Amino acid sequence: MVEPAVDLTHGHAHDDHADHGPQGWLKYLWSTDHKVIAMQYMFTGMFMALIGGFMAYVFRMQLAFPGMPVPGFGMVSPGEYNALVTNHGTIMIFWVAMPVLLAAFGNFLIPLMIGADDMVFPKINRLSFQVFFVSTIVILASLVVEGGGFAGAWTAYPPLSADSTYNLTPLGSTLWVIGVGLEFVAFLLGGINFITTLMNSRAPGMRAFDVPIVVWMIVVASILFMLSVGPLLAGAIMLIFDQTIGTGFYNPATGGDPILWQHLFWFFGHPEVYVVLLPAMGVVIEIITTFARKKLFAYRTVIFTIVATGVLSFFVWAHHQFIAGIDPRMANIFTITTLLISVPIAELCFIYIATLYGGSITLSTPMLWGLAFVAEFLIGGVTGIFLGAAGADIYFHDTYFVLAHFHYTFFPIAIIGTFAAFTYWFPKMFGKMMDERLGKWHFWLTIIPFNMIFIPLFVLGMGGQHRRIYNYTHFPELAIDIFQDMRIVATFALLIMLGAQFIFFYNCWKSWRSKERAPRNPWKANSLEWTTESPPPHGNWHPDRMPVVYRGPYEYNVPGREDDYWPQNEPK
Amino acid sequence: MRPIATTRAATGTATGKLAVWWVLASEVVIFGGLLASYVMFRLGHPEWADAAAVTNTWIGAFNTWVLLTSSLTAVLAHQAAERGDGKKAAMYLYCTIFGALVFLGVKTYEWWYEISHGYTITSNGFWAFYYTAAGLHAFHVIAGAVIMAFVARDAAKGRELHRVELIGIYWHFVDIVWIFLFPLLYIAK
Repeated sequence: MVEPAVDLTHGHAHDDHADHGPQGWLKYLWSTDHKVIAMQYMFTGMFMALIGGFMAYVFRMQLAFPGMPVPGFGMVSPGEYNALVTNHGTIMIFWVAMPVLLAAFGNFLIPLMIGADDMVFPKINRLSFQVFFVSTIVILASLVVEGGGFAGAWTAYPPLSADSTYNLTPLGSTLWVIGVGLEFVAFLLGGINFITTLMNSRAPGMRAFDVPIVVWMIVVASILFMLSVGPLLAGAIMLIFDQTIGTGFYNPATGGDPILWQHLFWFFGHPEVYVVLLPAMGVVIEIITTFARKKLFAYRTVIFTIVATGVLSFFVWAHHQFIAGIDPRMANIFTITTLLISVPIAELCFIYIATLYGGSITLSTPMLWGLAFVAEFLIGGVTGIFLGAAGADIYFHDTYFVLAHFHYTFFPIAIIGTFAAFTYWFPKMFGKMMDERLGKWHFWLTIIPFNMIFIPLFVLGMGGQHRRIYNYTHFPELAIDIFQDMRIVATFALLIMLGAQFIFFYNCWKSWRSKERAPRNPWKANSLEWTTESPPPHGNWHPDRMPVVYRGPYEYNVPGREDDYWPQNEPK
Repeated sequence: MRPIATTRAATGTATGKLAVWWVLASEVVIFGGLLASYVMFRLGHPEWADAAAVTNTWIGAFNTWVLLTSSLTAVLAHQAAERGDGKKAAMYLYCTIFGALVFLGVKTYEWWYEISHGYTITSNGFWAFYYTAAGLHAFHVIAGAVIMAFVARDAAKGRELHRVELIGIYWHFVDIVWIFLFPLLYIAK
């Protein structure tokens, strides 16, 4: 692209604007700039990831070495064990995957990639983060109140979740529901902002099919979230009433039904998988096209595929309830829809491969993460077929097989996808390049232990090991030596993986401190965020020189051009 | 200075209006989930008809009429705002708020009557849904009326007249939710 001769992005008009209002820390807290809000979401999410990771460390240590004090935590009681697994799941999905993939990258990328200077509702955007922040405090508080944190699994099935005489956490379980409910409100506010921003604030010339796929994915995910979370919000109100004022929505004794919660929860819970999956898939598409220097295979098919995935995702929820006493005829229907939804997802995997085919591939750190996402998610997807078929699921239900399966989907999404996005956009976010050598060490020391953790758990699950057991030595018929060895292997692998994250933090710190500034477009990519400075100033571009779009974002190696890329904003 | 993003309209529809429709989409599924749960339970529990028989259909019908009328004044407010007559728009909006207050007053009387006769939220499944659904709806009435008061205050000074239509759209939604609640909770005995 043609670098502007003068510094176009630092307009005085915008600098003046930025200086109004509170200063210092207050300025940071009350900023309406989408990039600042993105960072707030990002760092809150990373902080919560540390807490969720610590929880995993404690309960894996308990499983590998039952009855021994865990360094840094002490003895784990059965109640604490249940609270740890419950909140590990809750935090990793609602306070790590959602805020980082959807909110942080959505906030950072949408305005930059569609050539806007901010969201269409900057103040609502700020409100969204503030509500999210309050929800974070509520969920953390729920862990330390009297009676301890909620311990009824992240799915919160009644009657265990509804009645404190069963769950023994009267405060913790109510705070848990309130925290999750507030978090939903925050993402509804953010989602409406994302959707309307994409609809109305695209740069002049940018048609629907010129929008980078990751933006499409984040917005489709926001719509899915919005349309699926409503019934669960209603369900959460009912659950809070059951907990606090003694209604009986989920209590058969007063005409209620505990299965209702399962329906409401999974009607949200399954689309939720796609809510976090789609942004990760979009990130990987951006990375693969950039580092294969090749046009995305079948742009429009991708869009139609994700819409089909979204529609289908509303009709698969009862595959989580095959042993909950649902009608076997209904189970057949949900088996069929569940197997159907693997078709569009497989299609996306083929699109990745077709895009890579014949490309000129650079194995940079972001690309490694991107390729690992495809490979690892594939394992998660294929094992999902076993669980989607009612016959196999009745055997596998609530075993470690299920646990390994969804970690093979959520880990690629929330961890691999996030690292892919983070390393790819780090130069744009912080204006510095990351260290490639450290990045690759971090990559391999995360990916290899990840597989070492969860492949043994697949075997445990096939051996019939139930996933909600605190101490296997209490059950002589389950406490088989070879299985215990596998648990120890998985726990050691987890320790290596957690340790490897220090490489990542060191790399961030080192890159952040380095004097060398990142160029505007270090990867020679096409989309609009690479046409402004790194990091972009307040307002992203000079107000008089907002970008105009002439083509789609994946024009790499166009025949007849000297450069192998063709920025979206470059006139013919 | 407003961000440039807020001044664009690539779809040709104002951003505020798009956002209101998306808010309604998210609200439809909240009430949809609650009412679908209620309908499924009601079909499985014919005995809930006894509890439903206690609700006063005539008072419910009066409240339906009040809400429908308040929607009419919301439309008249929009019409006045289109003409640029902020004062008249504000006047009609205040009429709508008055309708909301009457609705809430009647609701308070109903609940007082029912609770004092021993029909509380914990009595049985019907009453649990009755108070939860009507309560969630009343919460929306209150929120709508408060926002409407701010819009009316601005409109009276001739400012932000486009918001009159937006709050009107929201108000029609609140109205339509009640159109579903009334037959489900009052008429189906």
